[in-house]
Amino acid sequence: MNIPRNEILTLGAGLAGAAVLAFLPLVTEGFWLSLSVNIMLYAAICTAWALFSGPTHLVSLASAAFFGVGTYSVAIFVDVLPFPALILIAVAAGALLAILVGLATLRLSGVYFVIFTLGLAELIGQIVTWVQTNFGGAIGLYVFTDFTETHLYWMLLALTVVVFLTGWLVNRSRLGLALRIIGNDEAVARHVGVDTARARIILFAVSGAFIAVAGAIMAPRYSYITPDAAFNPMTSFLVVIMALLGGTRRLWGPLVGVVPFTVVMDFISGHFPNQTAVIMGLAFLAIVYVLPDGVTGQLETLFRRRCSLDKSSLATTAEEGR
Amino acid sequence: MSVPLLTINQVRKAFGGLVAVNDVSFEVAKGELLGLIGPNGSGKTTMLNLISGALSPTSGNILLSGQPIAGLPAHKIARIGVARTFQLVRVLPSMSSLENVVAGAVFGHNKVWGDEALTLARDLLERVGLKGREDVPVAAMTYIDQKRIELARALAGNPHILLLDEWLAGLNPSELRIGMELIREISAQGRTIIMVEHVMDAIRSLCQRCVVMNSGVKIADGKSASVLADPEVVRAYLGDEDDA
Ligand SMILES: Nc1ncnc2c1ncn2[C@@H]1O[C@H](COP(=O)(O)OP(=O)(O)O)[C@@H](O)[C@H]1O
Ligand SMILES: [Mg+2]
Repeated sequence: MNIPRNEILTLGAGLAGAAVLAFLPLVTEGFWLSLSVNIMLYAAICTAWALFSGPTHLVSLASAAFFGVGTYSVAIFVDVLPFPALILIAVAAGALLAILVGLATLRLSGVYFVIFTLGLAELIGQIVTWVQTNFGGAIGLYVFTDFTETHLYWMLLALTVVVFLTGWLVNRSRLGLALRIIGNDEAVARHVGVDTARARIILFAVSGAFIAVAGAIMAPRYSYITPDAAFNPMTSFLVVIMALLGGTRRLWGPLVGVVPFTVVMDFISGHFPNQTAVIMGLAFLAIVYVLPDGVTGQLETLFRRRCSLDKSSLATTAEEGR
Repeated sequence: MSVPLLTINQVRKAFGGLVAVNDVSFEVAKGELLGLIGPNGSGKTTMLNLISGALSPTSGNILLSGQPIAGLPAHKIARIGVARTFQLVRVLPSMSSLENVVAGAVFGHNKVWGDEALTLARDLLERVGLKGREDVPVAAMTYIDQKRIELARALAGNPHILLLDEWLAGLNPSELRIGMELIREISAQGRTIIMVEHVMDAIRSLCQRCVVMNSGVKIADGKSASVLADPEVVRAYLGDEDDA
């Protein structure tokens, strides 16, 4: 299949951008580098989240579950296996969890799916706590590595690039078309021959595996891993807020939300630590209410409306000319 | 006689206490254009839903070329070769008209992809009278154009059998003429079709044979002219129908 010229250009620009970003740790450190790690973390997770939730319109609050599973993949095996192997374990664990959740939630839609996925992170966190206090002796696990913020940044940048490439490939594939059809009308999807369950589960697994890898990469930063931190439901909510703020119609949509929101959140949690949850809740409501398609979706709609006005006037003149 | 393309054998569908399709049997030969008629609520749409896999029957068999399909999931039945349109038109609103038709070509009985799918979709759009409208978002289209999209999407799967649920409903007289001509053409090319319809003129002029349902029961099956003159059929329609 031939790749359209504008997609080649976008791809080139994206890779060039990533290459430039790779130099960032050489020119900055401390606060700004930490902030960049956070931005890169949410860039990866939100884009991965939108791979599934964008086309299917199913809002998943399972991000914390995948993230935690990835973090624990590292925490459990860090002393016995090299880091790349830990990443692979996180991939497998995230994908497996996603497949199980996918199978369990096949018949759920809308708010039921949201609630199930929210409960899931909480449940797994509780199970891990229970196992650790009964069999592990301590509530947490230590993760000591030689990684600096720079390493984490580079790994997250690489992950983000892989997520984008995957998203791009999916969009060009039958799976991507299948998901767009499902997002439009699931009954039609089934009647044109789409195995809706399979498509949903495959994409959820891809998305979940990426989020688990993000969790694995972040484990060294925490150094002492507890279930509360690894399975923090706040992660799930932040991901949804940022991705929806940016918009999920385009692959790069969530980025538009991640960058400003991470900066603002960093400021807020630094200056008003006790009000963070309230402010997040308000932000969430505002986004869903005011910008259901996100910033990018809103702009696109405006743009398209202007274009189609021009086009439809053309079409009518052509019609009359017949 | 050879095996019929589609065999409906003692098919029943109950929704709780309501029996929407009550042990109905009929056959459809390859290449036939069968009319399925009956007053509102007589179970026609339910019958199509059972064939397409939107619903699974409470009991009974459905065979396509001898292969049992009753109770299979809709996507499997679509891949075996059943395509349909919906009584309340269902397009894919966020996609262009070309993409809507491509959707029918990629996963169904046909399974084409890439340029092949695009070419097929363009041809079909032209065939249903939407040439030059490939890039229009379907949400902005008129009702009849959306129905055309649905028809093209169903044809894109190159199905063994095409199910049309009141595809002609809601068209104005001139659109109706165009629509009937389109169905006649598709049938003339050898496509097997079951059309559920309320427009009696269309049934008379398009369908050699029709099956009549009333309250879930098949009450007549035969040559359209004689079936439509059948006193029981007339009575069923007069009961609650306005255009009989
Ligand atoms: N999904 C459903 N659940 C419950 N009852 C249904 C369902 N679908 C159809 N029915 C009922 O079955 C009967 C037949 O409906 P339908 O097949 O739509 O009739 P028709 O297409 O001939 O107008 C109606 O009484 C309708 O209310
Ligand atoms: Mg009906």
